[in-house]
Amino acid sequence: MKFAVLVFPGSNCDIDMYHAIKDELGEEVEYVWHTATDLSGFDGILVPGGFSYGDYLRCGAMANQSNIMAEVKKAADAGKPVLGVCNGFQILTEAGLLPGALLRNKNLKFMCRTIQLKVENNNTLFTNQYEQGQMINIPIAHGEGNYYCDEETLQALKDNNQIVFTYSGENPNGSLEDIAGIINERGNVLGMMPHPERAVDALVGGADGLAVFKSIVKQWRENHVNN
Amino acid sequence: MKKVKIYVTLRESILDPQGSAVQGSLVKMGYAEVEDLRIGKYLELAIKDTERDIDSLVKEMCEKVLTNVVIEDYRYEVEEAN
Repeated sequence: MKFAVLVFPGSNCDIDMYHAIKDELGEEVEYVWHTATDLSGFDGILVPGGFSYGDYLRCGAMANQSNIMAEVKKAADAGKPVLGVCNGFQILTEAGLLPGALLRNKNLKFMCRTIQLKVENNNTLFTNQYEQGQMINIPIAHGEGNYYCDEETLQALKDNNQIVFTYSGENPNGSLEDIAGIINERGNVLGMMPHPERAVDALVGGADGLAVFKSIVKQWRENHVNN
Repeated sequence: MKKVKIYVTLRESILDPQGSAVQGSLVKMGYAEVEDLRIGKYLELAIKDTERDIDSLVKEMCEKVLTNVVIEDYRYEVEEAN
């Protein structure tokens, strides 16, 4: 399986994403600069965290105007897996690929530590390697991770099982219903504030995030490789 | 040439923790009259003379990129400028 890691000016988790795929999973991966106009050669798209365009105007707003985003929309329409982490999640909401928006943390602080998440839906292409209801430890690092959407959207998220991860115990940012990650209705675009790519090695901070990437690869293999 | 002043605020239904913190400080400083405070953004655009309708132009830019209508409201004023 071949992944693209998008790189915007100000991305800073791109190398961690690349490492997770290349070194931990042994899959193919390439960096793709935001001015690129073709993602057709990739099977999965990873939108990393960071501060694209310095978070000018709003988080993700400027990145959403990049050439590459039209291609990300095409990939999503084609049913390819698209994962946005942290700033990547913010970009995907700005792009309209995921509903809602990420507001400033309720306590106004940048929160950077490992936190416990609950897997609310393991029946997705991003979470099939977790148990339903599994508690996992994944780092967060954000100042604007307070998920918000209107009531109608929230109801739709619940009705369609689109809430994939929630904060368990402590809610670090004030997000609605403790939401940490959501998926689109079709089930191929996931956005999450916590950083699974920073939890892929037991020697450095735990490996609970690895299953996100393993899930994507497993699903892809089942769909595309004849055994 | 026109000058367009755009004011962006979080929607009424959305908590503005930054505004609440500043309001709390003002009250502590003795300005107990301050009941609510919301912090927003101010954008000032200089627009060249154009055939296009200025209102639709500004609204289009606001809704495409300058604001996020999921969480923000905006209003604007158009002034003649030299």
